[in-house]
Amino acid sequence: MITHLKPSSGAHIGTPVTVGHIMGQVMLALTPATAFGLYVFGWPALNLFVITVLSALFFEAVCLKLAGRIAKPVLMDGSAVLTGWLLAMTLPPWAPWWIGVVGSGIAMILGKQVYGGLGQNLFNPAMLARVALLISFPIEMTTWANVSPLFFSDSPSISDSWRITFAGLTNIDAVTGATTLGFIKTEFSQNHLLPDILKDYSEILNFIGWTRGSLGETSTLFLALGGIWLIRQGIIQWHIPVSLLLTVAVLSGIFHTVDSQHYASPLLHLNSGAMMCVAFFIATDYVTSPNTPAGQLVFGAGCGLLIFVIRTWGAYPEGSGFAILLMNSATPLIDYYIRPRIYGRDRKGKPIEINKS
Amino acid sequence: MLSFFAKPRIRGGVHAEERKAATANLPIVTDFPLPKKLYIPLQQHVGKPAEPLIRVGDKVLKGQLLAYSQGMISAPVHAPSSGSIIDVNDYPAPHPSALPIRTIVLETDGNDEWVTTPNITDPFQLSPEDISLRVGAAGIVGLGGATFPTAVKLNMGRDNHVDTLIINGAECEPYLSCDDRQMQERADQIIDGVRLMLHSMVAHSAVVAIEDNKPLAFLAMQTAANPFPAIKVIQIPTRYPMGWDRQLIRYVTGKEVPIGCRSSEIGVTIHNVSTAYAVHKAIRLGQPLVSRVVTVSGGAVARPLNIEVPLGTLISDLFVFCSVNPSHIARIVMGGPMMGDSLPHTHLPTVKATSGILALTQSELKNTEEQPCIRCASCVSVCPAGLRPLDMANNIRMNQLDVAVDIGLKDCISCGCCSYICPSNIPLVQYFKYASGEVAARQQAQHKSEQTKRLIDARNARMERIAQQQAAEEQARLAAKAEREQRQAEQEVTT
Amino acid sequence: MYVLSAIISLTLLGLLLGLLLGIAGKYLKVESSPLVDELESLLPGSQCGQCGFPGCRPAAEALVEGKASATMCPPGGSALAEQIALLLGLDLDLSEVKEPELLVARVSEATCTGCTRCFKVCPTDAIVGAPRQIHAVVSDACIGCKKCVEVCPTECLQMHPIEVTLRNWRWTKPALPATSTAVC
Repeated sequence: MITHLKPSSGAHIGTPVTVGHIMGQVMLALTPATAFGLYVFGWPALNLFVITVLSALFFEAVCLKLAGRIAKPVLMDGSAVLTGWLLAMTLPPWAPWWIGVVGSGIAMILGKQVYGGLGQNLFNPAMLARVALLISFPIEMTTWANVSPLFFSDSPSISDSWRITFAGLTNIDAVTGATTLGFIKTEFSQNHLLPDILKDYSEILNFIGWTRGSLGETSTLFLALGGIWLIRQGIIQWHIPVSLLLTVAVLSGIFHTVDSQHYASPLLHLNSGAMMCVAFFIATDYVTSPNTPAGQLVFGAGCGLLIFVIRTWGAYPEGSGFAILLMNSATPLIDYYIRPRIYGRDRKGKPIEINKS
Repeated sequence: MLSFFAKPRIRGGVHAEERKAATANLPIVTDFPLPKKLYIPLQQHVGKPAEPLIRVGDKVLKGQLLAYSQGMISAPVHAPSSGSIIDVNDYPAPHPSALPIRTIVLETDGNDEWVTTPNITDPFQLSPEDISLRVGAAGIVGLGGATFPTAVKLNMGRDNHVDTLIINGAECEPYLSCDDRQMQERADQIIDGVRLMLHSMVAHSAVVAIEDNKPLAFLAMQTAANPFPAIKVIQIPTRYPMGWDRQLIRYVTGKEVPIGCRSSEIGVTIHNVSTAYAVHKAIRLGQPLVSRVVTVSGGAVARPLNIEVPLGTLISDLFVFCSVNPSHIARIVMGGPMMGDSLPHTHLPTVKATSGILALTQSELKNTEEQPCIRCASCVSVCPAGLRPLDMANNIRMNQLDVAVDIGLKDCISCGCCSYICPSNIPLVQYFKYASGEVAARQQAQHKSEQTKRLIDARNARMERIAQQQAAEEQARLAAKAEREQRQAEQEVTT
Repeated sequence: MYVLSAIISLTLLGLLLGLLLGIAGKYLKVESSPLVDELESLLPGSQCGQCGFPGCRPAAEALVEGKASATMCPPGGSALAEQIALLLGLDLDLSEVKEPELLVARVSEATCTGCTRCFKVCPTDAIVGAPRQIHAVVSDACIGCKKCVEVCPTECLQMHPIEVTLRNWRWTKPALPATSTAVC
């Protein structure tokens, strides 16, 4: 007689999709934009990227050890690598090594493990770390390297890159500058107007990502491609990216039409800063976003609104990090109020009435 | 544009890999060798168990009544073959626990001899009530797996003036193809059963809904239904759980059954195709429900088949017939792989609810290595009932059963979509089944403690009454004694 | 001048609010609930003594004084524990508490002499029988107080765990994933 004593309930079969698989797909979608960013900003960027990812793994392992849990299977699920990866993408490409280490430490310890690990955190770890770094180390976090692709003669060599990463930049003014959004902010403070400010601005270069900016956030093209592929793969839903981008586009469109001298065009908004990265990869983080389609639409719209408000009227040129954290804190509230309607019940949970018709 | 705003007709669900091909293309085996012994549980239906009216040693014929139904919701049990009764006792039930259930054991004599069955020339001359009575007497229950007594449902349909009868030919569970094959091979009989059900419910239209992954069944049924304008055969999208009665009702009629109501209250009744076939046999041939078609499939089955099986056949007999390799079995499942439960061993009988027996290999099973929930909300999007399985499971894990009930635990239909889709392999359905059982147990405990209090109060009251009575008697005795003494004293005085 | 006005206005504000609070305290006073009575009415009232107190009233008093835990009543089970915790505003983690195995008395028919002592002490009348006839326990009504076991002269009454049947079988709670368990 064959015996299988442990009773198990359905479903006995299932999709082969696992957490590790999902993380892998997201990383795959990030690869083109990351590779492009590493190419554009050269060896120092690669150093920073590797340091950030490795230290993310290190801090996760340390936390698991302290908690007395088996570290290996948790490290293998890919979530720590992905957090480090996303954080690295939002850092200035030539930032010193300790920015990556401290950032990963904040992300993994304060952003994730203190809450109890994967799935428990309230805030997106990468964004939490980025915002903490921005507030704590404003100089390092706003020193934007010029475009200096690999294998170009005036780009730093491998040995130069070690110096940049571990000893810091010496000729800062020669090799760095402002991002488009930062440039607009400073020029506004000197009472210049938009058409004048943007006379050297190239839409196509910004679209491809051939511009100053964070390590992996410059290329609208590759980020959007990766994001759309993720939607097609069913890993993320369209609701958050679409409502976020649409909100920013509509708001900036209205203000730009009313006053094109002071308000940037929707195209510029969508094409700059962390917009695409945030819309497709950060705001869509499962753990920290609402879990119903309607809630996700609200969440995306909230993020879009806050990004636009901070960019336009706030002190910082880019507001996506703050916007995400603020909306993260609203996620439990959104989930509490926006619930799917249960079959046979109305929205309030009462049994629906039989209409005799 | 308006349709965009209308209520969605299908909500949630998953498209599971079908794995039906192994059995769907082979004809139903009708010459399954008769087992030596049949184990017939007295409860194979929702409601009260049947009460046996035979004794050990009795000789019975096939189709003879073995146990009669008790109460409003119950169903009788008939002999699946001819032979003698050798035991009426507790035997393991086809249930994940395999705990004992009262069972009649029949030793077959190999003749498979029928009792004389009544011959009805035109059942449409019978009254609708008469049809329900005969269906009830034939022991027919919902053969889709719900096993609700069909006669009761027919009566409810008639009493509620139901206008639409939906025949569920969705068979949305992977692996199973017993309904598919029956529709292909027995379309005329099924359509006849549908007509009889319509007659019994005094309803006017029937819709046979078949998932569009069964084109041959659809064609056969359409051909069979052609002469009868009251019966419409339609194709529905293939998406589990399309065969959930309430999902199907919403898809076909656009109406939603309110929580706490029966579908007949909104004018719809739903029956399975196999049930329609059983009704045909019971009314036209007078044969009670003594066999059913069972899909035997799964990776460990060398010869997967649909077999017409006498009820009470042991699963081990089926496995021998289908050349199951025992060393490959990782799990035995009764029913489909989405909603079915595991069975601990194979010495268990097939019953009226057994639509399939699966012997699954390890590679077919979902990975059980559980990981933390990443709140991906796939479970929310696939839930056909509109629940939030992740939140419910979290609350149950922390023993907050009240919260889980508040957010919809009791509306869960255990369809398994959430468990199927979960990338963290969390056994969500088991959490919900555990919590439902626990909630029921707590209600029972509460009920018991109230009952205990009542009993104690009653006892205390009785004790007090007895004490009072005794006191009164004592007083009376004392009074009598005093009187006696007085009288004695008086007598002494007089003498 | 500013300082003076601030002091005066804050003093006035304080006085006014104090007065309001005083009035509210007088008129909106909530009668303190007779907690012990309420608890006693929740408890089974069988005075079985399984909690270690001489009866349900003393047990209720101990609960109010915090000398007994919400889970102290075995016949009440976790359902009662939850109600007590709710009434006393206690945090109750049932996973910490091992559900006590409920036992019911059963009569061994071979040794029962029909002495009727047991059914005289049964607080819930769960034992049926007549003099010099074998007694039987109605297990649905038995609360497992063991009083009958103590008085039985032939030790024919014994406590047995409640039998698991198809009617009361339940799914178990899934175990927590291996990745969340400690190494040691």
